[in-house]
Amino acid sequence: MRTAFADEITKLGAEDSRVVLLSGDIGNRMFDDFKDKNSNRFYNCGIAEANMMSMASGMALSGLRPVTYTITPFTTTRCLEQIRVGVCYHNAPVIIVGTGSGLSYSSLGPTHHSLEDIAILRALPGIVVFAPGDKAELRSGLRAALKQNKPVYIRLGKKNEPQVYSDEFNHSLRLGKATTVIEGNDICFIGTGNILPEVMQAASTLKATGISVQVESFHTIKPLDIEKLSKLFSRFDNVVVVEEHSCIGGLNSAIAEWIISQRVMPRARLLSIATDDRFLHEIGDHAFARRYFGIDAKSIELRAIEALSEQT
Amino acid sequence: MINSLEETARKLRRRIIEYSYKTKTPHLGSCLSCIDILVVLYFDIANVNPNSPNDPDRDKVILSKGHAAPALFQVLALKGFFPYESLINSDHVNGGLFGEHPPTPSHLPGIEAATGSLGHGMPMGVGMALANRIQGRDARVFAVLGDGECNEGSIWEAAMFAGSHRLDNLTVIVDFNKWQATDRSSDVLAINPFKDKWSAFGWNTFEVDGHDIPSMIKLLQSDSNKSGQPLAIIAHTVKGKGIDFMEDDNNWHYRTPNAVEFAMALEQLGYDQ
Repeated sequence: MRTAFADEITKLGAEDSRVVLLSGDIGNRMFDDFKDKNSNRFYNCGIAEANMMSMASGMALSGLRPVTYTITPFTTTRCLEQIRVGVCYHNAPVIIVGTGSGLSYSSLGPTHHSLEDIAILRALPGIVVFAPGDKAELRSGLRAALKQNKPVYIRLGKKNEPQVYSDEFNHSLRLGKATTVIEGNDICFIGTGNILPEVMQAASTLKATGISVQVESFHTIKPLDIEKLSKLFSRFDNVVVVEEHSCIGGLNSAIAEWIISQRVMPRARLLSIATDDRFLHEIGDHAFARRYFGIDAKSIELRAIEALSEQT
Repeated sequence: MINSLEETARKLRRRIIEYSYKTKTPHLGSCLSCIDILVVLYFDIANVNPNSPNDPDRDKVILSKGHAAPALFQVLALKGFFPYESLINSDHVNGGLFGEHPPTPSHLPGIEAATGSLGHGMPMGVGMALANRIQGRDARVFAVLGDGECNEGSIWEAAMFAGSHRLDNLTVIVDFNKWQATDRSSDVLAINPFKDKWSAFGWNTFEVDGHDIPSMIKLLQSDSNKSGQPLAIIAHTVKGKGIDFMEDDNNWHYRTPNAVEFAMALEQLGYDQ
């Protein structure tokens, strides 16, 4: 996803002279093409994320469209007050891009994990929270983000993730509108962000056993697509929400907030697959970390089977 | 010219104290220490026009020490960004606009950044100065900081960026009144040697008496900084300047004057009741 980001932002930088790329001392080679084409619109801001974010808000208020880029915890929670005050309070159209979200940098340990960012950022007024499920969603969503005249947070995975959509370059999404990836009848999976390929894999395995799964990509967590939620929660008995994020405050919580605001409790039961409320003290690769927290394809599959058996 | 700026500062001191007295708005000491700096910027140096507050080629002044907002509000009103009456008649209980910190630029003309949380305004100003350079605009950015505010690490991140990128369209003026909220700034953290710090970060640095209007104008004139570096002015000031019983008394960080004190202050400024 991050190489697709570098490619897409380079194209956008060529198309739109307002685009300025700010990096927190990361991804330098990746942006060589951007730098070649727009040498006065790329700045390595150093390992100084608070300044990078405040600068971005100042630049946005001056008519530019700055994009900040570094590892997720450092461009979100590290400089949270700069996002809250400089970006959101001023409604400054800054695009905040975090790379290696969730457990992507599993072996780097919890300092580099981000399992709270959705919870924390979606609490800020006015910001769009966008977690693309693959390169195709990222490319389309990044273009859409640039058209928003407000703050957008983009939560990237790492590189070489499986593709969800066959056409990487001509996918079209609308921020705030969920995408139906697979139509199905027995159970609904809602995925967001970099866990979407695991959700797809679980759906595929279940299909082979005769269980028909609908898969929805809720790439935008805020604003939440409540029209789609209404339809899904009245049509299915079980809706499983999957995210590579803490069980506290993420997409599951956002949907739960919507449910309790309803006059009539919807038909479907909400089931959450998310990380437990704890740090990961064991070192391993990304697949290990997902298994550890029980958010991998196998865990999703078993949870679905369990839910369907409870029902009958 | 100079006489008229000093008269403007005197008039603003009166209005600031009257406003604090009537509305019980604090941070009077902080307002009185930076008012001469603001007068120099808004009434002489900065290219700002109340009739076109969003002109992309305007100079930008950011009050990074946002708690001196009562001083800024009076300056902007006198400059003509909004009517003085809208300020003095504003509602402080049920939804007015003028609180203890600047609102956002989209809510009040003349404001460039909604400051108040310290350490944000100056880095935003660095972004604006860099934007001017990218956009090829010949405009300047000024940020007024407090010495207490320089406790914040973000100030020094921003100082390093501006120094390394030689943003000579950026000026920082530190209202060095030697106090922060609860103590002497030199006793709280190691602020000194203060000038050396800015120089070491790549800034063209000067010290000046922050109540000496002609000296400040000389340093701030657009052709005076030929260094190619950002300009840092350490303005030595007195908290509560102009009213003897407020001067260098940090109780006036939070206190507001009573009727007797208000009358004494007016008398000291040479005004009848």
